[in-house]
Amino acid sequence: MAELSKNDEQGDTTPNVSEVEVVEARTEAEEVAALEAPVERGEPILQVRNLVKHFPLTQGILFKKSVGAVKAVDGISFDLYQGETLGIVGESGCGKSTVAKLLMNLERATAGEIFYKGQDITKLSGRALKAVRRNIQMVFQDPYTSLNPRMTVGDIIGEPFEIHPEVAPKGDRRKKVQDLLDVVGLNPEYINRYPHQFSGGQRQRIGIARGLALNPEIIICDEPVSALDVSVQAQVINLMEGLQDEFNLSYLFIAHDLSIVRHISDRVGVMYLGKMAEIGTDTQIYDHPTHPYTQALLSAVPVPDPAAREHRERIILTGDVPSPANPPSGCRFRTRCWKAQDKCAEEVPLLAVPERFKNSDTPAAHESACHFAEEKDVVHAA
Amino acid sequence: MSIIDKTDAVLEPEAVGFDGPLLDVRDLHVEFHTRDGVAKAVNGVNYSVEAGETLAVLGESGSGKSVTAQAIMGILDMPPGRIPRGEIMFRGQDMLKMSEEQRRRIRGRKIAMIFQDALSSLNPVLSVGYQLGEMYRVHEGLSKKAAKAKAIEMMDRVKIPAAAARVNDYPHQFSGGMRQRIMIAMALALEPELIIADEPTTALDVTVQAQVMDLLAELQREYRMGLILITHDLGVVADVADKIAVMYAGRIVERGPVHELYRNPGHPYTKGLLESIPRLDQKGQELYAIKGLPPNLTRIPSGCAFNPRCPMAQDVCRTDVPPLHPMTAPDGTELVGRASACHFWKETVNG
Repeated sequence: MAELSKNDEQGDTTPNVSEVEVVEARTEAEEVAALEAPVERGEPILQVRNLVKHFPLTQGILFKKSVGAVKAVDGISFDLYQGETLGIVGESGCGKSTVAKLLMNLERATAGEIFYKGQDITKLSGRALKAVRRNIQMVFQDPYTSLNPRMTVGDIIGEPFEIHPEVAPKGDRRKKVQDLLDVVGLNPEYINRYPHQFSGGQRQRIGIARGLALNPEIIICDEPVSALDVSVQAQVINLMEGLQDEFNLSYLFIAHDLSIVRHISDRVGVMYLGKMAEIGTDTQIYDHPTHPYTQALLSAVPVPDPAAREHRERIILTGDVPSPANPPSGCRFRTRCWKAQDKCAEEVPLLAVPERFKNSDTPAAHESACHFAEEKDVVHAA
Repeated sequence: MSIIDKTDAVLEPEAVGFDGPLLDVRDLHVEFHTRDGVAKAVNGVNYSVEAGETLAVLGESGSGKSVTAQAIMGILDMPPGRIPRGEIMFRGQDMLKMSEEQRRRIRGRKIAMIFQDALSSLNPVLSVGYQLGEMYRVHEGLSKKAAKAKAIEMMDRVKIPAAAARVNDYPHQFSGGMRQRIMIAMALALEPELIIADEPTTALDVTVQAQVMDLLAELQREYRMGLILITHDLGVVADVADKIAVMYAGRIVERGPVHELYRNPGHPYTKGLLESIPRLDQKGQELYAIKGLPPNLTRIPSGCAFNPRCPMAQDVCRTDVPPLHPMTAPDGTELVGRASACHFWKETVNG
């Protein structure tokens, strides 16, 4: 890709190209070149600002009219730094998978921006979008349905090269696919087998190999291990951690299993009903949570230690998650919160470091969207 | 109705005054005849449950935990399934020798089951009240009206808000957690003595999972039921079980009371499982991973089925099937209820 854009620039300077075309071609080439530039470790590679996705609810068959919207993602902001793993946790229906689709540009955002290396990818199209897509890849939840049963493993992993032929010239592809199989711990001789000949864990490795094929910088993992058995889960998690170091990848790791997210993540964001409730490093979130929802979520996780069951405090929430088509006013969690007061119904709490922790150096000083944020350790047995 | 009375009469005399375990599974074998050969899903399982006790059956997919439960309930697909050997004693009577009619009297009334996926286990075209009431209409011969009243009472019991208003709703109108409550209500309707819960909370979110497990534990205490909890989640097991049976490739590889087993596992497989799960309360280093894959049930390895994946495997493991040894402390005293099917259980326990 780098070579390609260089050629373009040379082409631009030739005198027989008309003025207007030169300008257009250069801007596009520059855009692409900007996307190719490496990002330093620890710098934000992806910045999400006030991202919103509403799915319209319609009524009527012939004359559809909009009667409201499912507010799947309703204004979330976060940064993903180069080389880190950001975990996103939340209950089903909180919008975590929609965030993944928005970042992949598989859904168009209703509002808000996603900056990839400073470029808003929600506004891109054509060649520039294609270049971005090469760098943001995805690993899906279900290894049984995300691989085409009629394609061989070699075709599945090699398919990205059809769309981005600059990554691997035609003659090289088979070799490249075999290398990828080797990288994810599968026998390169399996290249002509079909997905049904593999177990769940092996299939997930194929999915990961496909995600790696184009040397992306960011991999979005939507529940990559939740369909796997416990003993196989650990293998895949270890593989993903190894690949991150080897290829300097940034992961956005979406899962509902809080223990796994803690294990793999550097930072964790907790989502509730389309909003970010709390975000911070793994220690800040797990050992010093300040948002009541995070506390309830953590306390509900069964800990594999029977000694803990007597003296662990459990916060059991009542009721279910409200419908995202008609979320509660003010703080969305207030209908299930034991701390809720009048203020919570009137004012939407902003995601910010709570006032009381602002000037302190404690791990509790991280962003939390609660009017009455206070620290409470629910994970460690008292 | 006359048939019911007769079979009940046959059942009762032996049931009264019987003081063994509520359910006792002995040397159960189940196999499936498929085109690719015979898949040996269960290969000699023994376990028992007392009234008021919770037994957790832990295992990965394909370990035979659900097939054992289906055999107990008598809902195994036969053919292709076959039970070549074994006994399932319920209150001292072997259910495998009973007539279909006798089994039907036990199923639902004495032993009930909660399934994993509530949405596909409920009939989408019948209201939940009708489906719940069916238990009373079929088993107790109540009228439609009386059955509906009972259904509302049962929905209240499992804490479904506004039960009377929702009794005519259909399954799709309930959330996942509420549907699972309805499943629990159906299982409890006739106050059975034993409940088999097959992954009852796997499809639910953690906050709802906690609600459902709490409810189940509370009702179990109230009715003093035996509970067999089938799961792959080591966390859930630690929270609710009294004793555990760990299954691998159709056999129980280890069993014991929950506290001791977690503190000091006696089988390399159990040990590997416990080490391979990330912990919520501490950030660990690299996870221990059990290498390899669970075996294909048509070609179970000779000797100990775990030997290709086991870090301690030696020659004897490849030739001799280890029996379930009772475990003893280093000083020779018996560890009550503990057993391990490993040739080297002593080495495993001691490090």
